[in-house]
Amino acid sequence: MGITRTPTSLTQSSATRGGIGESTLRPDGTLKVTGEFAYSSDLWHEDMLWGYTLRSTVAHAAIVSIDTGEALATPGVYAVLTYDDLPTEVKHYGLEIRDTPVLAHGKVRHHGEPVALVAADHPETARRAAAKIRVEYEPLPVITDEASATAPDAVLVHEGRDDHHIGHVPHPNIVHRQPVVRGDAAAAAARADVVVSGEYVFGMQDQAFLGPESGLAVPAEDGGVDLYVATQWLHSDLGQIAPVLGLPERKVRMTLSGVGGAFGGREDLSMQIHGCLLALRTGKPVKIVYNRFESFFGHVHRHPARLWYEHGATRDGRLTHVRCRIVLDGGAYASSSPAVVGNAASLSIGPYVVDDVDVEALALYTNNPPCGAMRGFGAVQACFAYEAQMDRVAAELGMDPVEFRQINAMEQGAVMPTGQTVDSPAPVAELLRRVKSRPLPPERQWETTEGADVRALPGGLSNTTHGEGVVRGVGYAVGIKNVGFSEGFDDYSTARVRMQAINGEAVATVHTAMAEVGQGGVTVHAQIARSELGVTQVTIQPADTQVGSAGSTSASRQTYMTGGAVKNTCEAVRAKVLDLGRRKFGTYHPAWATAELLLEDGKVVTDGGEVLAGIAEVLDDEVVDLELEFRHRPTQAFDLRTGQGNGHVQYSFAAHRAVVEVDTELGLVKVVELACAQDVGKALNPLSVVGQIQGGTTQGLGVAVMEEIVVDPVTALVRNPSFTDYLIPTILDTPTIPVDVLELADAQAPYGLRGVGEAPTLSSTPAVLAAIRQATGLALNRTPVRPEHLTGP
Amino acid sequence: MRVSFTVNGRQQEADDVWEGESLLYVLRERMGLPGSKNACEQGECGSCTVRLDGVPVCSCLVAAGQVQGRRVDTVEGLAGADGELSPIQQAFVDAGAVQCGFCTPGLLVAADELLEHNPSPSDGDIREALSGNLCRCTGYETILDAVRLAAARTGQAV
Amino acid sequence: MEFLRPASWQEALAAKAEHPTALPIAGGTDVMVEINFDHRRPDHLLDLNRIGELEEWETGTDTVRLGASVPYARIMSGLRAELPGLALASHTVASPQIRNRGGVGGNLGTASPAGDAHPALLAGGGAVEAESVRGSRLIPIDDFYTGVKRNALAPDELIRAVHLKKATGPQQFSKVGTRNAMVIAVCAFGIALHPDTRTVRTGIGSAAPTPIRAGTAEEFLTAALDEGGLWDSRKPVPPAVAGQFAALVAGAANPIDDVRGTAAYRRHALGVMARRTLGWTWEQYRAEG
Repeated sequence: MGITRTPTSLTQSSATRGGIGESTLRPDGTLKVTGEFAYSSDLWHEDMLWGYTLRSTVAHAAIVSIDTGEALATPGVYAVLTYDDLPTEVKHYGLEIRDTPVLAHGKVRHHGEPVALVAADHPETARRAAAKIRVEYEPLPVITDEASATAPDAVLVHEGRDDHHIGHVPHPNIVHRQPVVRGDAAAAAARADVVVSGEYVFGMQDQAFLGPESGLAVPAEDGGVDLYVATQWLHSDLGQIAPVLGLPERKVRMTLSGVGGAFGGREDLSMQIHGCLLALRTGKPVKIVYNRFESFFGHVHRHPARLWYEHGATRDGRLTHVRCRIVLDGGAYASSSPAVVGNAASLSIGPYVVDDVDVEALALYTNNPPCGAMRGFGAVQACFAYEAQMDRVAAELGMDPVEFRQINAMEQGAVMPTGQTVDSPAPVAELLRRVKSRPLPPERQWETTEGADVRALPGGLSNTTHGEGVVRGVGYAVGIKNVGFSEGFDDYSTARVRMQAINGEAVATVHTAMAEVGQGGVTVHAQIARSELGVTQVTIQPADTQVGSAGSTSASRQTYMTGGAVKNTCEAVRAKVLDLGRRKFGTYHPAWATAELLLEDGKVVTDGGEVLAGIAEVLDDEVVDLELEFRHRPTQAFDLRTGQGNGHVQYSFAAHRAVVEVDTELGLVKVVELACAQDVGKALNPLSVVGQIQGGTTQGLGVAVMEEIVVDPVTALVRNPSFTDYLIPTILDTPTIPVDVLELADAQAPYGLRGVGEAPTLSSTPAVLAAIRQATGLALNRTPVRPEHLTGP
Repeated sequence: MRVSFTVNGRQQEADDVWEGESLLYVLRERMGLPGSKNACEQGECGSCTVRLDGVPVCSCLVAAGQVQGRRVDTVEGLAGADGELSPIQQAFVDAGAVQCGFCTPGLLVAADELLEHNPSPSDGDIREALSGNLCRCTGYETILDAVRLAAARTGQAV
Repeated sequence: MEFLRPASWQEALAAKAEHPTALPIAGGTDVMVEINFDHRRPDHLLDLNRIGELEEWETGTDTVRLGASVPYARIMSGLRAELPGLALASHTVASPQIRNRGGVGGNLGTASPAGDAHPALLAGGGAVEAESVRGSRLIPIDDFYTGVKRNALAPDELIRAVHLKKATGPQQFSKVGTRNAMVIAVCAFGIALHPDTRTVRTGIGSAAPTPIRAGTAEEFLTAALDEGGLWDSRKPVPPAVAGQFAALVAGAANPIDDVRGTAAYRRHALGVMARRTLGWTWEQYRAEG
């Protein structure tokens, strides 16, 4: 008896040095190609029960009554829980504001909100029992947009707010508002030769990770619970789970299971508390696995946005000013809306030098699905709009759009609208030059000797064109994204590193709580350990809460932060090993005292290359074992009126050139090539870096031409919670993605690296849109573009 | 009901199967073979791809009872008995085609079948053969690389 | 739920007679989605996978008798000459994995207006062979679709096969989706030239409560080709004729706005597809002359 499948340690030896800068292979690669890797939905425990969540069928309603009697009486059902069964006074959770009920109480605020839980001996038993729970709803007015949210008599989505934003928002249905004011935009507008304004709409994107929300909660003998789950930040989960359960954090032992992608969608809790509640109530292990329908309700989405922009420029192509207003729909619960607002506001102008700006960004509370973190986090929506504006201003000026961007591109030393100086390389003009100078892919690649290859045409296998109506377009975009947690957040990461000799070989073990969600952090940790400690064999322990927090796998921060922590701890371990060596062997060779010493290829060597001893010899049977925290430089909160402050740690930049072919009669798009250039500071693992860029680029493509959660504007019900109607790109929708990687070191960062994951998601979308605009001549102020937008009413 | 069939060359049996269970559920939850993945359960992602009597299918859309007496091959059966990775598995690791890896088992089964009857596929052939397998991490470029690599290595070996 | 596993067609008919509400399952590509997502809980599932003859076809002089469960993948590879429109439509069905399991019987049984086979079946012409313990009958394809996801089958009947006219001229199929593969039709169009009868037939998918033919468009084009002597001369179809045909196809549709597309777009797209597929088929007809 016992858990038959749980995460395991990953031990990897490297034939080469396998240090940083090499494209070493994933230590979990073999497990993942054999099917042995234990994802959170693969866990299994003898005698386990299945948990199931009953969700609201309406978006906004008072709950008049819940009758669970018949469900509870169903054979095979072990527990049915509602709000009334919550064990403590802590009944809410949330990343920034604890406004989310563990189970709905009094009312539901969005479609799909969890109302009750069932544990049963089979998923079908649980579903049938849940169907017997009778919930009586009394409809409430549905808040769906800014007008309905901020009307004078608007129903409040959350009454009695006492969070730290309520004091500065103009309406209780606004979660957070952040202005950024610098210079005098009104005065600067008077100097502009051309002024262009526009309103843009960004649809609701889903992370659409493939591994559904899932996990296994096992009640423990000490009254606590062991929770195996897929998440982005174990310790943040823990801090939200334990109080609801009424348990000290040490009694909620969390272990990261295999994570089938995340992209921001696992920052918020899903089944974690629910699984624990059912396990503790029944005394049995409980597994919960969402299906795809539930998954669309089980996590937050990217904020849909309405963005209004005004850009001015002089005849010689210099931006005079930018004014903008960004309204993000946060949906029913806050999630990370405040931080998304901060990002959208502070990055709203893009990677350009503009002295006079006037920005307002805010997030609404509505009864739409809750929105929060997704790759790009507020910067994505802004980039879509400001890059469309940049093209329009260039067109007004009769300038080449790339040249116009290059004239205004920021460089190292530029000052952001927040007043923060960009103090590391900002090769914006160079990135644009690189994507532009790449040869264009050949025209009419679909033509073959046997006729048209529809696979290479818009519409693909659906056989809609053999070349008729097909017009090519080319578009460019560039973006700026912050790396790491901003606005004064105490952002740190912890790494524990152990070094010992086993069978005469020095080996290292790295233990962190970093969530490996596919990004390759585990690969990089092994590389860092090899580089810093001169070992070949490295063991990566499963991430859990037995070690200090690693922060979230988000904000492009993990290589910087937990990578930095591993580096930092390895350096301390190395110093201890060298101390040991000095004590043991110092008297035999003067270099122990005088030379700069390194650990390389299993040996202690001087910087001149002289071998002093084997590391295993030095260690003998001693174990060096340290756990240390690592912090990036502190940041500041943005001033609530002016947005001024050194709010960000680091900036990252990527540029794209999109080449599309549009069937202009049917409005179907084939992206032919999507070239990217990105500065990564230092590519610790070039293969992984390119993989991140290609993956991020493809998610940007998706929201350009197909991906959108459609919410009914009247009822706020989600209309397409399935992979049949929420479409993500297939391999036939995805073009070749040539990547040009720059490595301009950031002196502040470990190894000079720059966070990689998000920047490519920003510029991909506006580049595709720009290319479609060029092909069609249409204005296209909304993304995703649907066929009917390209063919007229 | 009881269902028995051959999985990766071994006779397997499951009891107390609910009639609405899919082949995917039986493999994952009753036979200890969770390599086939449960990403959409509506035939739209290919993560659950297995071979049924040699033919790639979405195991989420095969009712367990339909498999009685038939032959199923899953990702767990791709590697050799000694644990040696098959060419397509090794190529996925080497080419960086694995990130989160949730789509990987289905892609491997589909790509393995492609190479079996088309040892040197064009890029268009690869894209078409894998168009039923969604990947959210890689942007597919390294997956194409992996299939090309496996084809090249297998071609050289012949 | 009970799982019925008839070993023969006769057993299957007997089971369906005994349990008229039993839900037939063959490829499972519709049924299992409904079960996995709790949309349907039939009392009985009637598995047709053990009945080998459903996965076979017979080619006669003028027709193909296509077993209900012949997977789309085999229609694509094996019937491209006899049923080119259906073979093209089969190629647009979902994904390779689905095409390995799904067959025309499933499309007909579900009778969703979005089923990819329907426009090709309507354009090619044929009949559905329905059978019960009471006997067998042929239901003309034009009479088969009776409402949204409803068909002309009696409760005790199963689909044995479809009898499809072998192509006597070029056929085409085109479908709009918002993705380049694995996509449900926003709308679809099939066309078949029948030089033997000097007629043209069409089929429209996802643009009305049921799959439909564009009757007026067919009559117009058939007449125009005839009057212009084009069947014999094999001269190009005048653009005005093609344009009018496209407009009549668009007009034949009765689409709705839904999450996949707007009614206006569907009408527009049908017109474009009608014009293009007419062009492709007619060019092929001319080239063969």
